[in-house]
Amino acid sequence: MNCILTGVGGQGTILAAKLIADTAMAKGLQVRTAETIGMAQRGGSVVSHVRIGEQVYSPLIPEKTADLIIGFEPAEAVRALRYLKEDGLVIVSKTALKPASAALNEKAYEVSAMLTYLQEKVSKVIFVDTDSICQKCGSPKVINVVLPGVAAASGRLGFTVDELEATLRRMLPEKILAMNLRALHEGAKELGSDYPS
Amino acid sequence: MPQELVMGNEAIALGALKAGVSVVTGYPGTPSTEILETIAKRNPGDVYVEWSVNEKVALEVAAGAALAGARTMVTMKQVGLNVASDPVMSLAYIGVKGGMVIVVADDPGPISSQTEQDTRQFGVFSKLPVFDPTSPEEAYEMIGQAFQYSEKYQTPVLFRPTTRICHASVSLEVSSERLQITPEGFVKDPKWVIFPRLSYQNHIKIENRNELLAEDFADFKGNEIIGSGDFGRKGIAAGGISYAYAQEALALLGVSCKLFKVATPYPFPKKLAREFLQDVDEVLVLEELSPYIERELVYLSGKYQLPVKIKGKLTADLPCAGENTVEIVQAALAKFLGLKGAGEGQALQNGRSLQSSQDEASPDIELPARPPVLCAGCPHRASFYAVKKAMKGRKAIFCGDIGCYTLGNAKPLEMVDTCLCMGADVTMAQGLQRVEPDCVNFAFIGDSTFFHTGIPGVVNAVYNESNIVLVVLDNSTTAMTGNQPHPGTGQTMMGSISAKIRIDKVLEALGVKHIALANPFDLAEAQKVVTAAADYKGVAAVIFEAPCIQLFKATELYYVDKEKCNGCRLCIKELGCPAMYMAEKKAVISPSLCYGCSLCAQVCPFGAIELLGTDGGGK
Repeated sequence: MNCILTGVGGQGTILAAKLIADTAMAKGLQVRTAETIGMAQRGGSVVSHVRIGEQVYSPLIPEKTADLIIGFEPAEAVRALRYLKEDGLVIVSKTALKPASAALNEKAYEVSAMLTYLQEKVSKVIFVDTDSICQKCGSPKVINVVLPGVAAASGRLGFTVDELEATLRRMLPEKILAMNLRALHEGAKELGSDYPS
Repeated sequence: MPQELVMGNEAIALGALKAGVSVVTGYPGTPSTEILETIAKRNPGDVYVEWSVNEKVALEVAAGAALAGARTMVTMKQVGLNVASDPVMSLAYIGVKGGMVIVVADDPGPISSQTEQDTRQFGVFSKLPVFDPTSPEEAYEMIGQAFQYSEKYQTPVLFRPTTRICHASVSLEVSSERLQITPEGFVKDPKWVIFPRLSYQNHIKIENRNELLAEDFADFKGNEIIGSGDFGRKGIAAGGISYAYAQEALALLGVSCKLFKVATPYPFPKKLAREFLQDVDEVLVLEELSPYIERELVYLSGKYQLPVKIKGKLTADLPCAGENTVEIVQAALAKFLGLKGAGEGQALQNGRSLQSSQDEASPDIELPARPPVLCAGCPHRASFYAVKKAMKGRKAIFCGDIGCYTLGNAKPLEMVDTCLCMGADVTMAQGLQRVEPDCVNFAFIGDSTFFHTGIPGVVNAVYNESNIVLVVLDNSTTAMTGNQPHPGTGQTMMGSISAKIRIDKVLEALGVKHIALANPFDLAEAQKVVTAAADYKGVAAVIFEAPCIQLFKATELYYVDKEKCNGCRLCIKELGCPAMYMAEKKAVISPSLCYGCSLCAQVCPFGAIELLGTDGGGK
């Protein structure tokens, strides 16, 4: 299983990748991941690669082999599409983060164009209203639990929402656990009955 | 044993702990930083660990400990090795008693560095053995072997992971065992004092030793010839992460090929290489940075008159710059093996890399560029802006340095005219001033960089009566690499608090006569301070003090009063703050990003930006 997590530096993609990796490891699976660390973290495009299974050598996912792209930002999901395999799934936040450069150039960054593009180019895409879910949960930060929640519910990660919940319970301090568990289940609920949970 | 998810850098640290390392020094630098941080975090209690002020100092501290018989490790990034090269070159002649591993992380791409230098070449230059892991798992084992070889041959050794090893994580069984070593202590001996005659004698010993080492490395576990493959007399030679890419690409192509894995590039395992070359007619070499293995193989096939065609970077079968990827390797392999399926991979061969993904997404839709930027609320933005405003209409050159503040070069600030290496802002400004005396020559330096290599430059400026404005951007941390402490913060990696070394007092002691401290977020005052410094003849210093936003939680937020905002975009055009954008012809501040720095409120000519109060969000 190959999963790309992509977004903007500061959105918490690294933690989300760790959440997925830890859950897979708890099931006894082999994991290999790669991160963007350093300069690009400062508000730049960031990509995490998570690979689960045997016979995995490269920490980076080869192009056209990702089963799943988790996009924390629509344009970043589009940017990562070259990794997606033919019948791969894209789970993407509908909320755009406009780069400072776009604001400066008055270059229109229309999020609707990105969403339409994803709809047209990808065979399976799930748009997530992360804004309202995060609001419900009380923090914009929990986007990094909401989206893995959707992904687990989709069945593509090879583990269940409950198994992801167990990882959260292990990883998080009591103080923020309830908020994050809510984020996880709000995320999972996005799928309705279309997907097995 | 339970498995842990371990990053390559953590694996190196854990392997070193297992091997009984007891003194660890270094200077932060991507992609090496987490090695030393892991040592500090997992310190069993008997390890001395420090962030040294720079790599040269780190190396010398470790060398002292190694002379006393302790196992020592020094960590740095590739450009750090340039700073440490003076003691490294001499220590190579002197040798060590306790095992000493110099971990130097290379950064093909480069992803977060100034250069694409290859530490394997530094091995040749310094005559020090080089270990080059192909995976985090191998790094975990190999670091212990590096200590053994270091002690067996009484020499420091280089250990060279690259970014994709350092920052890859894997499931790993981590042993809780730790080798117990009691250092013998320092024993006085003339051999520890470098002298020309001793250097001559030791040079001969080193050349002989390296011949032995090359023999020894032929049996080193990490060096191997694997399989016979489906392609008769064709073979692949690979080192570092490119070996993993080769395995992945072969699996994707569904074929196998004879592989020569090189884990100790220097001294080159000649015997094993010769065996490999005797069995092939054609070789494709997969490696990053320089064509190092390729040149070794060309040399050996010439020396032993083996009719082998060797392909790689030198033959333009692989890109000469940038990092490798599975796609690049797969395309080169498909071509080499005469397979179909090179496909679109072929188009990837022009040095393209993961990090340059900015330009290489789907060609049929325009994507917003998203380069790294100064954070919302970053004090560097305020400092740069104050200097820019103060110097408006005056001829000024802005020398920058290495750190987050290098990002001040981007629009709209455009306040970094030069950037070379650590500490070079202070000194380049002096050179510029000799040629451009009518210009105000600014030197911007961060607090950690000031201690790293900034101070000698200031001494030089004072001594040689230079006329520069030194601007110290003091954010109380080493921010770019993830907030490491430094002498100005007083915190140490052993958990103690030492006396903070104050930059203003240092400058004063060095003879700087004009020193001003200012809060960069008080824009009017900051501008005044800068103007006064620019008007001063001699070395003037402004220290802008405000902590990095990573060090505290935002307590205040600003918002735009839509009634008062007339949509002039001045705030956005002047500051380029990532928290600000336009919506419906009005400026908007994203509450999830705002850090309440107030700079935009001070810039707005209409007083449209106001304090919202305390942040209810989750920052």
